[in-house]
Amino acid sequence: MLSPNQVALLHLAASVLFILALKGLSHPLSARLGNRLGVAGMTLAVLTTLVITERVGLTVGALLVGGAVGWVVARRVQMTEMPELVAAMHSLVGLAAVLIAIAVVHTPAAFGVPDPIPVGNRAELFIGTFVGAMTFSGSVIAFGKLAGLGRLLRIFSSAPVVFRGQHLVNLTLVGVMAWAGIAFCISGAAEHWPPFIAMTAVAFLLGVLAIIPIGGADMPVVISMLNSYSGWAASGIGFSLNNPLLIVAGALVGSSGAILSYIMCKGMNRSLFSVILGGFGTAEGTTGAVAPKAVKSGSPEDVAFLLSNAESVIIIPGYGLAVARAQHAVKAMAQKLMAKGVTVRYAVHPVAGRMPGHMNVLLAEADVPYDQVLEMDEINNDFGATDVAFVLGANDVVNPLAEQPGTPIYGMPILHAHKARSVIVNKRSMASGYAGIDNPLFYMDKTMMVFGDAKKVVEEVVRAII
Amino acid sequence: MRGRCAGEELNVPGTVDPLITNLTVFVLAIVVGYHVVWNVTPALHTPLMSVTNAISSVILISAIVAAGSKPLDVGTILGVIAVALVAINTFGGFLVTERMLEMFKKKAPGEKRR
Repeated sequence: MLSPNQVALLHLAASVLFILALKGLSHPLSARLGNRLGVAGMTLAVLTTLVITERVGLTVGALLVGGAVGWVVARRVQMTEMPELVAAMHSLVGLAAVLIAIAVVHTPAAFGVPDPIPVGNRAELFIGTFVGAMTFSGSVIAFGKLAGLGRLLRIFSSAPVVFRGQHLVNLTLVGVMAWAGIAFCISGAAEHWPPFIAMTAVAFLLGVLAIIPIGGADMPVVISMLNSYSGWAASGIGFSLNNPLLIVAGALVGSSGAILSYIMCKGMNRSLFSVILGGFGTAEGTTGAVAPKAVKSGSPEDVAFLLSNAESVIIIPGYGLAVARAQHAVKAMAQKLMAKGVTVRYAVHPVAGRMPGHMNVLLAEADVPYDQVLEMDEINNDFGATDVAFVLGANDVVNPLAEQPGTPIYGMPILHAHKARSVIVNKRSMASGYAGIDNPLFYMDKTMMVFGDAKKVVEEVVRAII
Repeated sequence: MRGRCAGEELNVPGTVDPLITNLTVFVLAIVVGYHVVWNVTPALHTPLMSVTNAISSVILISAIVAAGSKPLDVGTILGVIAVALVAINTFGGFLVTERMLEMFKKKAPGEKRR
């Protein structure tokens, strides 16, 4: 049996291991060690807790059931489905936080919380519960949007779901939730359930309403935001149970998610506030500015010819590549080109794909060495000296309009594909990108469009490279 | 771990409210998190999300306490459910991170494809 002091010291060690786990991610070479330190920290935390609790058999049983599910999912999941998986996992943390909070309200003594629960702990429980509940329902919606369940149920539509008076409804619900929360904090032990249940229910509803107006391409921000929330929920529970390990772990996760949200917002030149308000790319379509112009379209054979005769090629992957699962075909193409002496590199925009780092993981899955994959700032100055920029399923992130004042995406940092000597763009159709604006890059004299599914096109290009 | 003890409740002069202690830990952890996360290479942002996911599943320890609470009642059952749910994250999160990180390799030029 461990004394509370010993438990606290072991938890301190676990906290340090978690910090080291994140530190490891500063470089791909140290990342795996970092992940293992994280596993060690978690093992330490769980074992010390199991030693001091009752009913270990039942708990370990539940642990193994959940663990087995997690194991199978983690083994089977496709790298293209990573955003969905992450969203689903956020929802579980949120739901668990709510369940734990209910258990605390039900039997505070079991957690060492005085009964009746003091006002301070109640306020902390209130915060932990509503953040957890919003994380849960918001992540479920995000999961639906990412998994393309929009056809089954409209609230999962990847297009923003907006209705009249939406902000007013949300504001009212926030008011109701705050009121119920305060009522819970000041109520006596006998009558605290009704406000607690009301507060939790409204928080679930708010989570749904907060995410439905946010469109598909804003998902990198949403998913980082939910990541952050899941951390704050854990911290909230830690506060109410006076558990420093939960507070530390939650704060680490919370700040990590917040930083990622900030990076993603900067990558789109949008404020977090405007993303949260949602509805981007639906109403104010300023499309009419560019009259329909002729584009030069080519065949995969033309692409193969152009690429084979280039000295340097930069491939710009986008969401279209993920949808088509074209990463292996792209790698095969790069391999063939490199065998012919062509320099091939990849340029990744911070918001390419549906979650932070999405493209990097896909390319890594296809065995593309990470030192060929460059971030926007590392490669943007090289486009001018590059023969071919090959844009695969990306649109807004290479739109030169972003450098023209007065356009809706003005100020968004872009990859300078238009500076390359020639440009190849693969798209499924001429439909405009997420921002709903036309892309002058497609009409440039040096640009060749090649229409079709990214995977099929690239596979044909591979065959056509002699 | 075991919460407020009697002395703290009585507000004896010289003792600090646990809220303040918690706040100290919280703020310091945010500062540490801020500095550590800005150093994460953008290429590893997806593994960062999955590993932070696994780390936030440390609320598992509270779920375990709930599952082990003394009278076997609603609180216990909720605890057991929470343990099973969060364990999906704990195992799945670290494992999927490991899987992703295995793929980030630097390869010698001219190595054979797959």
